[in-house]
Amino acid sequence: MFVFRTGILGGRVDISVTVNGEPTSHDVEARRLLVHYLREDVGLTGTNIGCDTSSCGACTVHLNGESVKSCTLLAVQADGQDVTTIEGLAPSSDELHPMQEAFRQEHGLQCGYCTPGMVMAAVSLLDENAKPTELEVRQGLEGNLCRCTGYHNIVKAVLAASGQPVKD
Amino acid sequence: MGSHSAAPLPYGGRLIEALKLGATPMSMTGSILGNAVRRKEDPGLLRGTNEFYADLKVDGLLHARFIRSTIAHAEITELDISEAESMPGVVAVLTSRNTDLPDNPAPPFIHPSMFRPTFAKDRVRFVGDIVAVVIAETESAGQDAADMIIVDYDPLDTVIDLDTAVADDAPIIWPEHGSNVVFTTEHQFDADVLAGADVVVSERIISQRLAGVPMEPNGCVAVPDGDHMTLWVPSQNPQAVRDGLVGVTSIDAENVRVVAPWVGGGFGPKAGYYAEFGIIAEAAKSLDRAVKWTSTRSEDFLSLAQGRAMVMDVKMGINNDGKIIGMYADILADVGAYGAIGVVLPTATQMMSQAVYDIPGIAFRARAVTTNTTHIAAYRGAGRPEATQMVERILNIAAQAIDMDPAEVRRANFLQPEDFPLVTATGGQYDSGEYEKALDAALEASGYSDLRAEQAERRESNAELQLGIGISAYVEVTAPFGLHTEWGKVEINDDGTANMRVGTSSHGQGHDTAFSMIVSDMLGIDMDNVTLIQSDTDEIPQGAGTMGSRSLQTAGSAVHVASTEILAKAKVLAAHLLEADPDDIVVGDGGLHVAGVPATAMNWADLKAAADDESKRPADMEAGLEHELVFDGEASTFPFGAHVAVVEVDTTTGEVNWLRHVAVDDCGTILNPMLVTGQQHGGIAQGAAQALYEWMRYDEDGNPVTASLMDYLMPSAAEFPMFETSNTETPSPRNPLGAKGIGESGTIGSTPALHNAVVDAVSHLGVSHIDMPVSPLAVWEAVSLASS
Repeated sequence: MFVFRTGILGGRVDISVTVNGEPTSHDVEARRLLVHYLREDVGLTGTNIGCDTSSCGACTVHLNGESVKSCTLLAVQADGQDVTTIEGLAPSSDELHPMQEAFRQEHGLQCGYCTPGMVMAAVSLLDENAKPTELEVRQGLEGNLCRCTGYHNIVKAVLAASGQPVKD
Repeated sequence: MGSHSAAPLPYGGRLIEALKLGATPMSMTGSILGNAVRRKEDPGLLRGTNEFYADLKVDGLLHARFIRSTIAHAEITELDISEAESMPGVVAVLTSRNTDLPDNPAPPFIHPSMFRPTFAKDRVRFVGDIVAVVIAETESAGQDAADMIIVDYDPLDTVIDLDTAVADDAPIIWPEHGSNVVFTTEHQFDADVLAGADVVVSERIISQRLAGVPMEPNGCVAVPDGDHMTLWVPSQNPQAVRDGLVGVTSIDAENVRVVAPWVGGGFGPKAGYYAEFGIIAEAAKSLDRAVKWTSTRSEDFLSLAQGRAMVMDVKMGINNDGKIIGMYADILADVGAYGAIGVVLPTATQMMSQAVYDIPGIAFRARAVTTNTTHIAAYRGAGRPEATQMVERILNIAAQAIDMDPAEVRRANFLQPEDFPLVTATGGQYDSGEYEKALDAALEASGYSDLRAEQAERRESNAELQLGIGISAYVEVTAPFGLHTEWGKVEINDDGTANMRVGTSSHGQGHDTAFSMIVSDMLGIDMDNVTLIQSDTDEIPQGAGTMGSRSLQTAGSAVHVASTEILAKAKVLAAHLLEADPDDIVVGDGGLHVAGVPATAMNWADLKAAADDESKRPADMEAGLEHELVFDGEASTFPFGAHVAVVEVDTTTGEVNWLRHVAVDDCGTILNPMLVTGQQHGGIAQGAAQALYEWMRYDEDGNPVTASLMDYLMPSAAEFPMFETSNTETPSPRNPLGAKGIGESGTIGSTPALHNAVVDAVSHLGVSHIDMPVSPLAVWEAVSLASS
């Protein structure tokens, strides 16, 4: 699915990535990770970095509509692709995405550091499974770590965003 | 107290404005207090627009990369930076040999020879000790250059295991001090407190070393501007970072500004000053360019303070009727290579060792021991979880020995409500408590008798999946170590909005929401028109930061008192202008009015203008509508509660399935139940993580073997059930809000409840104890050993 061009490793590459619907182009080191491209070249710092082992999911974004950990991809792998970050999720400056609103209503965030990645993963989860069970939500978010909430209210928020009744 | 007393840390001694307790009752009508108000903090966090330190956009930024010791204890025989210095993009390489920074600040009690050098000099003492730093134009250039630095080590004997560390023939990490024991605290350690008991049980109970793992790793950005230096840092306590910088760097106190922007969690490890901050600030000063250090997660596992790490040899004497006669505890507390706040945490363990019980005799000793490991400091609970785990485990073992239900043995020993306030044998100044009520609530919510019946059935049928029910009853101390005072100020602005300034430093707790609720409730100003100013040493003259579950009861109380004073003054002012009696002036929507006559009103902008206008305010009134104070709660507060954990244990594989967790936590009067419940959830999760999963491990040579999130088992959502939380509310008399802390209660209560539950599931097979984390292997081994 990704087109690898030969001869780029160790050098610099011109890439073009559509980010939140806007075209972006930068000359990047071939070893640059997508998360660094988004944060430092494009300047969208909502996507956070929480580890160096692809364990925590704080950097989760959507690549062509599916959630990926943006620390597991080289920026060049996103060349010509479509990326959505947390900044591109809400429909407007006045209105949150229903998943963001559910996180707010259910108190699904505290420090907010894991939140962008968690929300992006949760949106992707509901895209794949519109009415997940509590267990499916838990297993679906296994790749995203949170230290503040104990996950309780995150699970509630995802269930609420799916339109299912939520008990305390 | 014993050989050393638990002196308050140096936060006390400031100007104290006494508060007459109970003189400022909360507004009773139409109050938003006690309601689940949604957070002001959330929209920006949910959109990814609130900026953490790493998000700040700074021109001309340089990047720092630390070179750390890969050996736990060694002499540095060669340090060659020449090739790294000549690499493209490298601006500077700094070491102890080309800098002259003084040692780092250290806690009370420790020998001066143990202060941590800013750069390791001739010797490294743990894997992660700072040997050098590369400052480069880009992160990748710095990383490439760091790989070219040559360090040769001549390894020394390591000290890792605590029993070995205190043995007579132990290698000594700090020869000038002469012992690996750096601090001892005792209470009647030589007394025979177990004499006369029908039964004496004993156990070695270990609170294993943990890593805090706030999701945002450590780091900082130092930005010079002429002689001035601003350090942006993810800290729980910017004032402490400022003090550290002033002590270590060449930057003058009046030129240092420390700001904590949005901070991605703390949990204790971010409460202190770090050697890295001084190095980065000094580098920025000498290069006259902004420098950024972004710690990686793996680097955090080496360099960020860790927690717990106590080995507790405990005995309890108990009579056959369940009455406790006495408890003996001999504790070794690991403090790591360099003395940090972990040195004094055993004093909290000592203070809380009486727990919720009437224990006639306590013999206690804790020795803080240095080892070749990362330093130990506060981690969610910080000395109190160890006490609770110790008492709640040994009490269960005692109950098992006399064949008494764990709930009944607790009932037989609870301190009773009429006993309060009281001072425990080990110096806990308990304010209020109803321990049996919390336990009753937790037992009822759990359906305790039904659970026991189901357990009996499964035991009877020799089921492969056995049920375990674990109880803990706890009391803890919040705003501990003299941290019960805090500065705060409320000011009405010209446009009728209000600012709150506080010396605490929110990093996820929701202080903006909670404190705004107080001002809004008292002054009738919309919450969105109340602004929290915090975490900036240029804006906040003093403060002790956010730690020890202290913020609402101290800074929240300061906001409350300041609002009370402003209201009193504004009422006199309004009465003067509206030609009414001050007693007839009441708070309305956005201002004050005459009772029963809402049309005869003044909004806060008008009141502020009048207060600033000599021709309008009463002759004897000073200008302005603001009040500042240092709130003094006079002592700590003591939250309490009871937890019941239910687990299913596979007796063949040892796997533990956590089915339910019931928590009844009493944090006094509740301001915002949504925030309280959130703290309970997070606390329960972190306590459970200790019981079942996490362990920061070193091999015998001092190599950390769990130093990444691939190896350190921080749990995900898939490991946890939904939590069943509730509260009793026993107000504290020590502040006008009636509040006690809630940040750490969940952690303190959940660990022993879960630990007890797992042991309970297999106790009928002859198991009386399993070390944490109670992994499948640990359970399987315990069951196998008991049945062989």
